[in-house]
Amino acid sequence: MSRWGRTARRIPRQFAVVWWLQLKMLAADAFSGILQIVWPLFFATTAFLMFRISGDHELVFYAGLGATVMGIWSSVAASSSSALQRERWLGTLELIVSAPMPFALVLSSITTAMATIGLYSMVATLIWGWLVFGMSLHIVQPIAFGCAVVVLVFAIAMIGFLLSVTVVRYRSAWAIGSLLECPVWLLCGLLVPVALLPVWVRPLSYVLPPTWGVRAMREAASGTSPWVSLLVCAVLGGAYALMAALIGRSLLKSARRQATLALT
Amino acid sequence: MSAVEAIDLRRSFSSRTSVLRRAKETVEAVRGVSFVIERGEIFGLLGPNGAGKTTTIKMLITLLLPSSGSAKVLGYDVARDAVKVRRRIGYAFGGDRGLYDRLSAQDNLRYFAELYAVPPRTQRARIGELLELVGLRGREKERVEGYSRGMRQRLHIARALLHDPAVLFLDEPSIGIDPVGARELRATVAALAGQGKTILLTTHYMFEADELCDRIAVIGSGRILAEGTPADLKSRVRGGRVLEVETFGVLDESVDDVRRLDGVRSVTVEARTQSQVLHVSMDSEAELTAAVLGRIGDVRVGRVASREPTLEDAYVELIGER
Ligand SMILES: Nc1ncnc2c1ncn2[C@@H]1O[C@H](COP(=O)(O)OP(=O)(O)O)[C@@H](O)[C@H]1O
Ligand SMILES: [Mg+2]
Repeated sequence: MSRWGRTARRIPRQFAVVWWLQLKMLAADAFSGILQIVWPLFFATTAFLMFRISGDHELVFYAGLGATVMGIWSSVAASSSSALQRERWLGTLELIVSAPMPFALVLSSITTAMATIGLYSMVATLIWGWLVFGMSLHIVQPIAFGCAVVVLVFAIAMIGFLLSVTVVRYRSAWAIGSLLECPVWLLCGLLVPVALLPVWVRPLSYVLPPTWGVRAMREAASGTSPWVSLLVCAVLGGAYALMAALIGRSLLKSARRQATLALT
Repeated sequence: MSAVEAIDLRRSFSSRTSVLRRAKETVEAVRGVSFVIERGEIFGLLGPNGAGKTTTIKMLITLLLPSSGSAKVLGYDVARDAVKVRRRIGYAFGGDRGLYDRLSAQDNLRYFAELYAVPPRTQRARIGELLELVGLRGREKERVEGYSRGMRQRLHIARALLHDPAVLFLDEPSIGIDPVGARELRATVAALAGQGKTILLTTHYMFEADELCDRIAVIGSGRILAEGTPADLKSRVRGGRVLEVETFGVLDESVDDVRRLDGVRSVTVEARTQSQVLHVSMDSEAELTAAVLGRIGDVRVGRVASREPTLEDAYVELIGER
């Protein structure tokens, strides 16, 4: 097999193994696991209550789908901003940096695990909405819906990847993550439709991949074609990943010069 | 081609002295270190805390750029060919960190095997082999959080060996390990050398360096103070003898008096729970027991003995000289 062939087969495998083992660790962290399920339910409940007043079932479903994504984003916003810090505390950051596997690949795999953990809250929110608020779970195009969820998880993970390399310079990186939690909910139309936002913030909404991912989910659920939204979401996610990879690279360069990798 | 070649390596760190003040403080951690390690050698970097051992190793394993000077590992420059160097070396730092506590030993090794691009077909066998080598067979399914320090350290070494590197860097591998664990660890290191690996080991335990290393460089304040085989270093103090005097409540002034005696090279005081033991290093022909006892004064004296100098004496003398 050619060298490129080997590399092409190795990269998905490396990504998958790191993702799986990081997911295992995150899941083992029982406390944050519970928090991740309960926290979004709190917000989902608020959303359901707000939209129930309207008495419009479609609107409740619309809100419900948005709420399921809130949990994924919360999980990523909180954990990815301290992803590097966590590896540094564990003493594994230097090991990751000095390993031949590209740093960007490891880090994006880690944030993907963080986004995947958020799927718990997605399922929990759906069940909660169905049990307590009588939300219908009828999805017209289940396969397209599944694709939308997968692409969305990836796209959110790539925002997390970008976040992880940009905030690492700041001592209070974790606070920046939580600060971003709510604005993204609003901007991406998770709580209220983007169309209701003031015109001047809409461009911001359109460059955030979850806006398109959620739109694709809603389209798939209601039976319109989700593929354009899905594509935009994927492309934006890719762009975030690229930016993050470039920033990550310059970060490592400066770390080698300034000795900022180790905690000791 | 040598395994490792360091030429006049230097590294300084600058750090803000405080958040408010802009003033910068510069620490020169390594000030011109040069040495060569041949293939298959165990080379020891021996020195007290803060001597610059870790900084030197970090430059060699490409985690830090040298401020000046250069180094090559297996012929590749550590600054320019970092990726090539990384593929060929393994390293393990002493201490508890550097492992995923929530994962089992096996999962830790699987994780790092991917990071080091160990081919999937050989991975399983390789991990089994290494678990055997470091004596963790049978415990590999347990989470690392329940491991003892010694077990962790051996797992570190297994991790460092996953991709079968030619050169291994071990930074204070036996730090904080109980004596039995440390002995097992030394056996592992010796076994690796038997397989032809080149090993650079840092330590501040003399006997460890003495037992394991083919050659030792003594490092202090960022400089190499002496270099040679353990026998070479001992012979620096050979032709000499060491007088050990146990005292109860010796005064500092008396110790200084002993130091001034003709024929005395150096004196160190080892504080025990109730007594202080003076190690008086002196010329072999000098017969100073009576003179030393005379200078100690009126305090109670316990055991008095004369012995051959050890590597530790050589080390103490070197570190004290700077
Ligand atoms: N990242 C760093 N920033 C500032 N000073 C450092 C840094 N790393 C090491 N030093 C300083 O450099 C000196 C040598 O440290 P080190 O190489 O860790 O010594 P050793 O490993 O021999 O104990 C020490 O004075 C230490 O405080
Ligand atoms: Mg050290």
